[in-house]
Amino acid sequence: MSGQPVIAARPSGAQRAVRFALPVVVFAAGLVAWELVVRVKEIPPYVLPAPSAIFLTLINDWAVLSQSLAATLLTTLEGFVAASVGGIALALLFNQSKWVEYSLFPYAVILQVTPVIAIAPLLLIYLEQQTAVVVCAFIVAFFPVLSNTTLGLNSVDRNLAGLFQLYGASPPQTLRYLKLPAALPYILGGLRIAGGLSLIGAVVAEIAAGTAGAGSGLAYRIAESGYRLNIPRMFAALLLLSLAGIVIYGLLALVSHLVLRRWHESALGKEN
Amino acid sequence: MIESKISTGVEASLTALAASLRGVTKAYDNGVMALGPLDLAVRKGEFISLLGPSGCGKSTALRIIAGLTAPSSGTVRVSRHEGEVQPGHGIGFVFQEPTLMPWTSARENVRLPLKLAGVPKAEARARADEALASVGLADFADAFPRELSGGMKMRVSLARALVTDPDILLMDEPFAALDEITRFRLNNDLLALWRGLGKTIIFVTHSVFESVYLSQRVVVMTARPGRIQADVRIETVEPRGEEFRTSVAYADYCRRVSAALAPSYSGQSVL
Repeated sequence: MSGQPVIAARPSGAQRAVRFALPVVVFAAGLVAWELVVRVKEIPPYVLPAPSAIFLTLINDWAVLSQSLAATLLTTLEGFVAASVGGIALALLFNQSKWVEYSLFPYAVILQVTPVIAIAPLLLIYLEQQTAVVVCAFIVAFFPVLSNTTLGLNSVDRNLAGLFQLYGASPPQTLRYLKLPAALPYILGGLRIAGGLSLIGAVVAEIAAGTAGAGSGLAYRIAESGYRLNIPRMFAALLLLSLAGIVIYGLLALVSHLVLRRWHESALGKEN
Repeated sequence: MIESKISTGVEASLTALAASLRGVTKAYDNGVMALGPLDLAVRKGEFISLLGPSGCGKSTALRIIAGLTAPSSGTVRVSRHEGEVQPGHGIGFVFQEPTLMPWTSARENVRLPLKLAGVPKAEARARADEALASVGLADFADAFPRELSGGMKMRVSLARALVTDPDILLMDEPFAALDEITRFRLNNDLLALWRGLGKTIIFVTHSVFESVYLSQRVVVMTARPGRIQADVRIETVEPRGEEFRTSVAYADYCRRVSAALAPSYSGQSVL
């Protein structure tokens, strides 16, 4: 049952290799075509840089770009942590008291539906730039955590709740041994969305801050390079942002899988 | 056929009662009467079945005895150990579904009531393992619920109900979702446990055959609002086994209980 590979249900090794190889082949073909078009038509790099030029920029400007990457990642991480802690804490508060939920939930929704790009300039007026950027990341990312955690806490099996009541569980015991574990798959789902959104929030805020601020994040680098017509660096920074997003998603998906793999349907193999 | 509501001498032996209900009713918030008035006396060590059509409030009666639902009126008395402090400690409850926590092992599921009561970990683990062994699952302590079959999950649920050594075991159609072979086996195992442990068991079911096979007393309830239609005592040679299931006496009791149950279904569409 566990640990034994089920051979029949699995796609064969060759099939799996093809599945992984196909997107790579498409990607490589795209790069080659791009490179050829730029070279044959002699397109200048300030219009469209060739992939090779972008790659060279990535290496040559690594000192600047890596610093920016670190800055953006730090902002993303801070926003993500704030969103996770804030979202889960608020959901727990909502779960304790319906009145708090009724009083505050509409504002959480308003914060969510108002485009963050429109809020960012205001935040930049009132807050220090680094704080404003983190707050933007937080605003974008906290709602999925809040709504997923709320959903999870409300999805506790009624009979299990009755069982805890029967054995005289205290509210902290019920929270720790029943509600939080039951909500965990939902919370992890929320965090997975929040990871990508924190990056988006950080980038939006950096763009909004633009050259006016003293920022040094990747998005700031893109804006700045745009003004200087340093198009290869724009692409290089964009590439790094993309990679950062993929890594963040991958890490959170991995954590979710590791935590849930023994019991939750979502993490079980298809053969079961 | 319709015997007195309470056949045991209530006044004479209040101390010998495990649970007693007097004039208990339950009305839903929308005013619909779900139950009662219900008078029921359960003696210590008795195996009693509440039998009735679905929606007759038999599960509600069980939840009221467990203290999970408050009655709209009437009094409920449940005897407990001397000096009992922990609420619910004297009661074990087995739900219709196994109701296990999917995120942890069978042992941890069984240990839960002890953990909530603050029993030290080592002792609680030992008692959980003991309870699992008593339902024949000693080798599955580390298995997660999803790795167990339906019957095994129900056994874990039963072990959890037994781990606090309760005086009364309340069982709400626990085997309804199982296949017949598994149900028969669990019926026999439950009878063996009951004989060995001397617990009071209140067993809710909608199966005439199961109620007659298991219990000393079958309390037949009417359709909503559930009242007691008949109280049938099942007397046979103990210990019961598979030969009782095929005996003439068994068939006879089943016929009597079915006849008592029939009025509850009259006027209702069978579908």
